[in-house]
Amino acid sequence: MTKKRYERPVISKHYSGLMNKYGGRQMTPPKTHLDGIAVKELTEKFGSPLFVMSEKQIRNNQQNANRIFKNRYPKVQFAWSYKTNYLDAVCSVFHQENSWAEVVSSFEYEKAKKLGVKGEHIIFNGPDKSSEALLHAIKDTAKIHIDHFDELYEIKKITETEKLKAKVAIRINMDVGVYPKWDRFGFNLENGEAWQAIQRIASNKNLQLIGLHSHIGTYMMSAEAYRLAAQKLSLLAKSIKTDLGIAIEYLDLGGGFASHNTLLGQYLPAEQIVPTFEQFADAIASGIFSASFKTEELPLLILETGRALVDDAGFLLSTVLANKRLADQRRAIIIDAGVNILFTSFWYKHKITPAQESGMHSEDVTLYGPLCMNIDCVRESIVLPPLNKGDRLVIEYVGAYDMTQWMQFIQMRPNVVMIMEDGTVELIRKSENLEYLLDREILPVKFKKSSKQSKTKH
Amino acid sequence: MNIAVTGLNATDNPGPGIPVIRSLKEQKKFSGKITGLIYDSLEPGIYMDDMVDNYYLIPYPSSGLDNLMERISYIHKKEKLDLIIPTLDSELYGFVKLQPKLEALGIRTFLPTLEQLNIRGKDKLFDFCKANNINVPKNILIQSQRDLEKIEKQFKFPVVVKGIFYEAYIAQSFEEVLPYFNKLKSKWGYPIIIQEYIKGDEYNVVALGDGNGGTTGAVAMRKLYITDKGKGWAGITIKENTLIDMAHQIIEKTKWCSGLELEFMKSKETGEFYLLEINPRLPAWVYLAPQAGQNLPAALVKLAFGKKVKPFTTYEIGKIFVRCSWDLITDIKKFETIATLGEW
Amino acid sequence: MTNYHLQENLAVSDSGFLFHASTGETFTVNETGKTIIKLLQQKKEKDEIFSQLVNEFDIEAGLLEKDYEDFINQLKNFSLIEVK
Repeated sequence: MTKKRYERPVISKHYSGLMNKYGGRQMTPPKTHLDGIAVKELTEKFGSPLFVMSEKQIRNNQQNANRIFKNRYPKVQFAWSYKTNYLDAVCSVFHQENSWAEVVSSFEYEKAKKLGVKGEHIIFNGPDKSSEALLHAIKDTAKIHIDHFDELYEIKKITETEKLKAKVAIRINMDVGVYPKWDRFGFNLENGEAWQAIQRIASNKNLQLIGLHSHIGTYMMSAEAYRLAAQKLSLLAKSIKTDLGIAIEYLDLGGGFASHNTLLGQYLPAEQIVPTFEQFADAIASGIFSASFKTEELPLLILETGRALVDDAGFLLSTVLANKRLADQRRAIIIDAGVNILFTSFWYKHKITPAQESGMHSEDVTLYGPLCMNIDCVRESIVLPPLNKGDRLVIEYVGAYDMTQWMQFIQMRPNVVMIMEDGTVELIRKSENLEYLLDREILPVKFKKSSKQSKTKH
Repeated sequence: MNIAVTGLNATDNPGPGIPVIRSLKEQKKFSGKITGLIYDSLEPGIYMDDMVDNYYLIPYPSSGLDNLMERISYIHKKEKLDLIIPTLDSELYGFVKLQPKLEALGIRTFLPTLEQLNIRGKDKLFDFCKANNINVPKNILIQSQRDLEKIEKQFKFPVVVKGIFYEAYIAQSFEEVLPYFNKLKSKWGYPIIIQEYIKGDEYNVVALGDGNGGTTGAVAMRKLYITDKGKGWAGITIKENTLIDMAHQIIEKTKWCSGLELEFMKSKETGEFYLLEINPRLPAWVYLAPQAGQNLPAALVKLAFGKKVKPFTTYEIGKIFVRCSWDLITDIKKFETIATLGEW
Repeated sequence: MTNYHLQENLAVSDSGFLFHASTGETFTVNETGKTIIKLLQQKKEKDEIFSQLVNEFDIEAGLLEKDYEDFINQLKNFSLIEVK
C-alpha cells in the first residue's frame, strides 16, 4: 500500500468577520522547476541558498522591450543599467541583445570595458566621477552625463589641459507630477538652472552637447509622468536647436519602470496595477512626437531600464531550517536566506512559493532569515502550506538589486548560477568562503601568534 | 447561459452581487444559471434561497492573478461560464488585466479600461472634472510641510484631509489638520489632499455606459437614511436632470464601458451639485433601477454579448428602497462544505 | 496514561471540518491533524497514535514527536484539549 504524503498536523480556526484575510485557502501550485530544471537538483548540486538567473527570461524581456518600443518609435537604444545587476554573465546577455552599458561608477565603467563595450556605447552617469575616470571616459568618447556644475567645470578643465574634446549630455530634473520629486540629481528645468548649464556647454568649443537625460524616479506606477518628461525634454531639445543651433542627438529617458514586485503595504499585487511596457512606450513615444520634430531630426531614444528587465529573471532558492512558534502562538519559519542577500525584502512582498507539493491547508507564518540579528525578517506575514525542515522555497523577482546590494554579514554570499537557453546550468559567481574574506584582511604583525606560542597554549 | 457574479457579501457594508443577481432574475425570459464567486464561507448571499445555483470560493485579489486565473479555469471546466460580472472595487484591476485570458476561454466581461479606472484616482478626478466643467470641491495637493500654510490662505474651515488612496478626516481648524496630516503622511505618503468641506445632502446616480460614449441608462436617487457608517439604508428615485446630464457627460467623455455610480453632494450654500466620487461598478442599491424601469444589470449582460440595447430615457420617480436586516437560517452542512471544499 | 483530555462534543467530518458543539467554534484540520484528533477521540495513547500515523503516512516515527507536540499545543491554544 502506498502511504499518504505526510504534512505537519495543522488546525486553523474559522474567524467570524467577512473578508477574513486568512480564511481563504492558498491555491498556488508549487514551483518545482525553473526553466525545466528541478529546484531540488539545483540545490543539491550548488547548495542552498542559491541565486538562479534565467538566460531565456532575460533575452525574452529585452527582446520584448525592443519590439514594443521600436513599434512605437523609429530610433531606440537600450543601455543596460549596471547597478541593477552587474554580474558579467548577466551584462553579457544584455550586450548580446544589443544593449549599451549605463554605469554610475568607475569600477562599473571598467567592468563594461572589460566585457568589450566600446567607449561610445557607455553612458557614464552619477554624481561621483573622479578626474581620472572623467579623463578616461573623455579619451574613450564615452557619453558623459553631467550631474552638477562642479563636474561641468572639471570636464572643462580636463579638456583644456589635455587638449581633448568631450561628448556630454546633461541630466535634467523637472516637475512631472510625481512624488517624491527627484531634484537631487542633475539640473533643474523649471528654475532655469538647466538652461544655464546648456548655455555654458554651448559656449565652450571643447564640449559637444549631444544629449539630454532625465530619470524621473524609481518604481514608477504612472506612465503619464513619462509622457510629460519626454515632452519637456523634446521641447527643450527644440529650443536648443532654435536658440543655440545645436542639434541634440539623443534623449535619454532613464529607467524607473516598475517591475511586478509588490511593495509592502500595497494591497493589490503589482501585476494588477503597474502599467505595462506598452503603456510606458506609448507615453514616451507620444511625448516626443508631440514636440513635432521634423522626421529626419527625430532624436535617438535611449532607455536605461534595469529593474523591469531583470527582476523576473532572478530567483532565490532557499531551504527551511526550522519551524517554531512565537510566544503568541504564531507560526514562524526560519529559512537559510536572510536579508543580507535579500535586501529588497525591506520594501517588497516577494512572491514566495514552495518547491514541493503540499496539501490544501495553509497557515499564516512569519518568515525569518538565518542571521542572529533581529532585523533578519524576510516577511512579517505570509500564507504558506505547512513546511517541514528541509523543504524548499522559491523566492521570485530577485533579479534586480539583490545581487548588487547584498552584503557579507554573518553569512557569506552564496553561489549564483545561470540556467542557459540550452538547458545547461553554469556557475556564474562562486560562493564566498573564509579564504575569500581573509584575503582582504591584514592582521598587524604584533597580533600574530607564532606557531610556537600557539602550540604552548594548547 | 451561466453568469458568474462576485460580491455576495450582503452585509451592513454590502457588495452589489445580490442586487445584480436579483435584477437579472427579474427579467421575464431569464433562464440562465448563476454562479456565485465568493471569498468567505459566511457571505450572506450564499444562504439566500433561489439566488445562486452554485458557489465557488475564489482567492483574494491580493493573492495574485495566476491564482485567480487558475481557479477560474477550474470553475469554468465544471460550470462553463459565459460571463463574469465582478462587482467589488478591489477586483476590477485584476479582472481587467485577465480580460484577454478570459476571452480566450470564451468567458466574456464588460469592464472599464485601466485608463478609465485611473481617472477616478483622487488626484486625477479633480483635473478631469475641471477640464469638463463639472463642479468638484476645491482641492489642493500638499506635497511638503511647507505647503501647509496654503490651507489657511485658500480655505474656510472645516476642510477634509484625505490620503491619496484611502481615508479622510474632517478638520474644524488648522490645529486639527496637523494630526490628521501626520497620520495620513506616515500611512499613505505624499501628497495629502486638502478638500473643501461641502455641507449638504447626498445624491447618487447609477448609470451604464456602452463603451462608445453612449449612456444606456441612468437613474438618480437621493439618500433618505444614512447609517452611522455612512451607507445609504434607504433612498428614493428623483427627477433631477442636472444629475442625469452629468452622468451622460462623464460617460461620453470617458467612453465608459460598464456600470458606474456617481456620488454627489448638493451644497446647502450654493444649491449646486459637486461630484465627490466615481465608483467604477454598479452600486449595492442597483436593484432600485429595474424597479423604476431601467434594468441596468440585464442591459449590461446584453451589451457584454455584443447586442444592441435601446437606451432607457425615463424612469419612475418616487420609487423607494429600504434596506432591511433579515436572519437567514441554515444548516451547518452548507457552511461546512464551503469552508472545507471551497464549493457547493 | 495519556494526560491529554480532548473536549467532548467535538465533531470532525471527513472533509476536515471540526465543529465544537459546546462553544460553536469551527475549525479546519488537515489530513494528519484529522487522523490525530480521531485517535485522541478514541482515547488512544501517544505510541498508538504514532504507530497509526507511521502506517498511514510517509513518515518515520522519530520525526513525529516534535510535530505532534506542536499540534497538541495548537489544540491547547484553542482550548480543545485539557491537560490533566
